[in-house]
Amino acid sequence: MQPKYAHLDVLENQSIYILREAYRKFKRLAMLWSIGKDSCVMLWLLRKAFFGHVPIPCVHVDTSYKIPEMITFRDHLAKEWGIQLIVGQNRAVLDRGETFPNGRITRVECCSLLKKDALQTIIEEKNYQAVIVGIRRDEEGTRAKERYFSPRDKNFEWNFKDQPPELWDQFKTDFDPGTHIRIHPLLNWTEVNVWEYIHREGIPVVGLYFSRSGMRYRSLGCAPCTRPIQSDARNVPEIIDELRHTRVSERSTRAQDQETEDAFERLRASGYM
Amino acid sequence: MRTPELAPNSGAHALRIVIVGHVDHGKSTLVGRLLHDTGSLPEGKFEQIQAICRRRGMPFEWAFLMDALQAERDQNITIDVSQIWFRSETRSYVIIDAPGHKEFLKNMVTGAASAGAALLLIAANEGVQEQSKRHAYLLSMLGVDQVIVLINKMDLVGYSESVFQEIEKEYRDFLEKLGIRPVRFIPVSAREGLNLVAPSTGPASWYTGPTLVRALDRLPIPSAEADGPLRFAVQDVYRFDERRIIAGRVESGTMRVGDSIVFSPNNKTSSVASIERWNAPLKDSASAGESVGLILTEPIFVERGHIGSHDTENPIEAKRFRARIFWMGDRPFSIGKRYNVKLLTQEIECQLVSVDRVIDATSLDTVSGLRLSVVKNEVAEVTIQTRSPLAMDNHDKVDTSGRFVVVDERDVAGGGIIFGGSYIERERIQSTNLFWSGGRIDQRIRTERNGHRGMVVWLTGLSGSGKSTLARALETNLFNRHMQVYVLDGDNVRHGLNANLGFSPDDRVENIRRVAEVAKLMADSGMIVITSLISPYRLDRSRARNVILSDDVEFVEVHVAAPLEVCERRDPKSLYKRARAGEIKDFTGIDAPYQEPENPEITIHTDRESVKESVGRLLDFLIPKLQLDLAEYEI
Repeated sequence: MQPKYAHLDVLENQSIYILREAYRKFKRLAMLWSIGKDSCVMLWLLRKAFFGHVPIPCVHVDTSYKIPEMITFRDHLAKEWGIQLIVGQNRAVLDRGETFPNGRITRVECCSLLKKDALQTIIEEKNYQAVIVGIRRDEEGTRAKERYFSPRDKNFEWNFKDQPPELWDQFKTDFDPGTHIRIHPLLNWTEVNVWEYIHREGIPVVGLYFSRSGMRYRSLGCAPCTRPIQSDARNVPEIIDELRHTRVSERSTRAQDQETEDAFERLRASGYM
Repeated sequence: MRTPELAPNSGAHALRIVIVGHVDHGKSTLVGRLLHDTGSLPEGKFEQIQAICRRRGMPFEWAFLMDALQAERDQNITIDVSQIWFRSETRSYVIIDAPGHKEFLKNMVTGAASAGAALLLIAANEGVQEQSKRHAYLLSMLGVDQVIVLINKMDLVGYSESVFQEIEKEYRDFLEKLGIRPVRFIPVSAREGLNLVAPSTGPASWYTGPTLVRALDRLPIPSAEADGPLRFAVQDVYRFDERRIIAGRVESGTMRVGDSIVFSPNNKTSSVASIERWNAPLKDSASAGESVGLILTEPIFVERGHIGSHDTENPIEAKRFRARIFWMGDRPFSIGKRYNVKLLTQEIECQLVSVDRVIDATSLDTVSGLRLSVVKNEVAEVTIQTRSPLAMDNHDKVDTSGRFVVVDERDVAGGGIIFGGSYIERERIQSTNLFWSGGRIDQRIRTERNGHRGMVVWLTGLSGSGKSTLARALETNLFNRHMQVYVLDGDNVRHGLNANLGFSPDDRVENIRRVAEVAKLMADSGMIVITSLISPYRLDRSRARNVILSDDVEFVEVHVAAPLEVCERRDPKSLYKRARAGEIKDFTGIDAPYQEPENPEITIHTDRESVKESVGRLLDFLIPKLQLDLAEYEI
């Protein structure tokens, strides 16, 4: 029998509420699907909120450096769950080879070109007003300061010093033209919560998260900038147990965060997820 | 609030705590130290901050752990709400570090509104400060009622017991007036780590109570009220497949399959056929906090913003209510301007009718003087009127449906809690009835017959600004549209109804009061009343608005504007000439003031446009408001 994890009900209900608000308020809405565990949980929550349906398109920003197993997993799930998959890519930069490490640019610059710019292009192309993103407050300091409904200006910039107030589940959903909104239904979840929920609901995740010959991925990104951790956790309960005892932060395996003291902060202020 | 059992072993049913207090009373330091002492810091974080401090040539700064953003490190104040998780031996916590700086009220509110308990921090060397009081007041409004007071920086006062006791007494008295009964007062030194995890020793050993973490571990986690009256807020109606699912959240109480549910505001009733969830265990009930879907037995009209309740315990349904509000907007909350109120999933146009009391949050006294607006960072008791009925509760009865936010243009600019509303037995209307039963000819029926609503169009402006001309032209136009319309002219009224009034300040007030009351009666009878009076004082006009709105009649203030020189040149009745000659005293514009409307519904510049143009602009504004609101009728 699966554990009940009663505390997850509170998180689940809250996320469903936010997804329904987003769906109601923004006619041109999409979900950003990174293929990682968090966005798979979010996909599941979409089906919860809309009674088995995924009524909005899911955008995958493909840097072309993703681990191949992730792409296989993506295509399989998209087919099985009837997801309208939209793949975005910064073709120009890839064709010119201006990527890390061969293109003589830093990891952060590479992230900015392959992820942020590609996302921006697809948002403009498809004219999305709002994008649902699976970030969490416990991941990292700047994400801790996020709102559920978080505006980005025309240039995609995040003004973290002047954010709208959010109280009593009343969100700012009306913005100046040209503003683009990030919606963060998982903001209050923790890494452990995500795995507990995957466990309780039986949500499929890509196999890279599970230990093979003593190593597993804790956070998934591009192959050149993400490394696996030492771990013997071969299934979901073992991962939950491992996380309850770790003191290492989740994004420590993501090299682009570590370049300078405020690398990630600057990346986010300029429009990164 | 009920206290549920902690989820065994998961440790993940976290209590959210907000930490507030005066700027520089040590909040971020407290958090940094707390994370460290409970062993909750990520590996390497302590060393990372140590390295940063060394690089900058400064002593170790605990606050850096929290203030992860570059901007904050440079300015040394907390700009936005940070959230960090920590774990005691028995459970986990989410800390919301709210900024203490006055400018950042909206961030503090954002942090505190989601908290289950609060830590109020007071520096022992500075004592109770303005923000210590203001934050406590806001906490009481936001509904955070579990409060622990920490007297911090005890090391700076030599761990003095008497200093601690003096501050405790002063602050306890203040909190009492707010109805806050603090769980306890604890002397701490965040920098030294005293009484956070490690108990008092040495010079502070006079304190024998629990440490902060121990006190926190004893607090229950507030949960949604499954026992209260049922309030189901409709978010949306879905037809993804053959089912018509009414999606929403139970905000209070419990709903069961088979229950008869009344939906405000149109009072249609149906029974719950099933409660829908996806990939969840079957359950024939849903309680407060649950986001579910409903399938009803009858296909009644339900849409977003409707509130479902049990027939025996309906919410208040009204267009006018009293509330205690806090204002965060840069622009003030002003009488006459249009806002939107958002309460649960309802969103309705509203206006401020009166500012009944502005409260000084630090003394709890009433700020003296009559006010026509509430400005940033103020708290006040106000009366608000909505354009169509709002389903609500008194906050002390149901908290989720007793609170709301006010949207100014696009921004959430204020929040408030409702008090003093009265619950009345509601007549239920059957699905096909167009009229209320009871045989009374009411506004709705008159509106139906006339084909338009009753309304008061209040023209204000200097003598000679063109009020009478505009009033007559508008009257003719509306009359030709077969509308019921009448002009109440200030001069004419003074010959009859107000023949006994002169021009003293008291008489002017009474003049306007009578005109407002008459206009209200006429509009209630279905007429469009155009008043044409100088009505030079804002306060008088806001009183007129209040009188007219109280009868649920639309009030439109029109500023008929023309520069004084232009009016004086026109001088149709030679009044300016006589005033200049000293023959008339207290003449508006000459030796008595004209207070221009701050937020008129519309302004007409008679010196820049023709009468025809002016009437055209007025009609563009008025006609939509005069039309029948079909949404209020049955579909």
